[in-house]
Amino acid sequence: MTEPILATRGITKAFGALTASDDISIDLRPGEIHAVIGPNGAGKSTLIAQICGGLAPDAGQVIFGGQDVTGLATPARARMGLARTFQISALAMEDTVLQNVLLGALGASGRVWRFLRPALKDRALRERAEAALARVGLADHARTRTAELSHGQRRQLEVAVALTLRPRAFVMDEPMAGLGAEGSKQLTGVLDGLRAEAPILLVEHDMDAVFALADRISVLVYGRVIETGSVETIRNSPAVREAYLGDPA
Amino acid sequence: MTRERLFNALLLAGLVLVPLAAQAADEPFTITLATRAVILALAAVGLNIALGLGGLVSLGHAAFFGIGGYAMGILASHAQSYAPLAEWPILIEGTKSMPVIWLVAILASGLAALVIGALSLRTSGVYFIMITLAFGQMFFFFTISWAAYGGEDGLSIYVRNGFPGLNTLAPLPFYGLCLVLLCAALWLFDRLAKSPFGLALGAARQVPARVAAVGLDPTRLRLVAFVISGAITGLAGALFADLNRFVSPAMLSWQMSGEIMVLVILGGVGRLFGPVAGAVVYVTLEHLLGGITEFWHIFLGLILLGIVLFARGGIVGLVAGRGGGHD
Repeated sequence: MTEPILATRGITKAFGALTASDDISIDLRPGEIHAVIGPNGAGKSTLIAQICGGLAPDAGQVIFGGQDVTGLATPARARMGLARTFQISALAMEDTVLQNVLLGALGASGRVWRFLRPALKDRALRERAEAALARVGLADHARTRTAELSHGQRRQLEVAVALTLRPRAFVMDEPMAGLGAEGSKQLTGVLDGLRAEAPILLVEHDMDAVFALADRISVLVYGRVIETGSVETIRNSPAVREAYLGDPA
Repeated sequence: MTRERLFNALLLAGLVLVPLAAQAADEPFTITLATRAVILALAAVGLNIALGLGGLVSLGHAAFFGIGGYAMGILASHAQSYAPLAEWPILIEGTKSMPVIWLVAILASGLAALVIGALSLRTSGVYFIMITLAFGQMFFFFTISWAAYGGEDGLSIYVRNGFPGLNTLAPLPFYGLCLVLLCAALWLFDRLAKSPFGLALGAARQVPARVAAVGLDPTRLRLVAFVISGAITGLAGALFADLNRFVSPAMLSWQMSGEIMVLVILGGVGRLFGPVAGAVVYVTLEHLLGGITEFWHIFLGLILLGIVLFARGGIVGLVAGRGGGHD
């Protein structure tokens, strides 16, 4: 088996009496999309926060690229090549679409401590940013103010910003949230093409997308991973059906 | 040319032409007023980097303004008393040279901003406002009790400091110097706003989580902005003290911090020429209404209320319409 790029080892996080993450060990291998599903309140967001550095686990480790990153802050993990997207679009609404992807390119290239030359005139950065926009189908909207984008376009831009990091792994928090059938289908196509570039840890509610994309699925219920396996395994697992799909039959 | 740029050009032309006309009409007081407006505008351009670009509501910028003022007062007072500032470990003498004073003012206020910023930027929102206010007050009370340099009474300088090749005692050349420095600061602001640093700083103001997620540290971006901001306001403080040939703890009072912030809000937060428009209007009102009543701040308050309620982009925002700045 190939070495996983990203893994959690028994991470546990409690908020008072509530155990949001209970001894979670999952991994992400090269070339795959690993979906994490679970009902509301299962602890998916808490898991993502610990993987990306927003929250420190009470116990356990986060391993990225063979290195223990549990003690590293979010920016340090991002610089190592961990790219995330947000459930609620976190974009600079006053800025243009191009400026938002430029920000990603800036972070990845380390060329942020430049004070006098316009960012738009840095050709290398710009090409990197524009390539990411083209990838998600937003090339025509580069000069649009982000606040004027539709919800679906904002979701695409989220993915584009992550792409500019040229990451070694993606962590995507419900990229399909709020998308209609059409938008969801389009974004599914984009994500499908990304797995060759870097594996995706995909937290998602849209079951059609999950079943279409995932190589493996982990099911999270009350902070515990109750099952990990292929799409078929998960579909046929009685435990999953009972706990999550709410289907006793 | 957009309406905003036209407005900026007209404002700049006015700043060049009005003092020249005043000189021709032999009205030096008008030049002094214009100098006051330009220096306050410079202080506000400094704040606009923290407040407008970085979203950092600092109620402690009077500290930097005052540190610049005291840098000038201390150096010049030693020069006029021929007593060295320090004899050990190296001999430091006072000076009446503006370039040296400016450099010291920039470095001292920048260093203060680094220390205050490093501690304050751990907080945000109301706490940031309060902690910057608290640091400002600390510096204020320190100067009040600093007997060696006048304490509560402040420091007077008999003759304005000099600049190589210029007669700074005449109002117009000194005004010219201040205007050149203001233009330099505006140029820097414009460059910063468009630079990679400015882009990241603006994003850190709007969505700090995103900035961290692309590998940048929002706090470090803000700290650098705060230092640049404090240094420019400090330079303005040195000029302000030179204009009045006097520096006192009043320059570090929290009312002064508020005044600088009012200039930015009045003119337009985050707008290139917002602080300039704000300072020109402020000084004009102060002069015209101040002649009628001592309580002219009431009218300023009403105008500010109108701006905050109906024109969030300030004066420049009103002229330019949408886009460019922010609330």
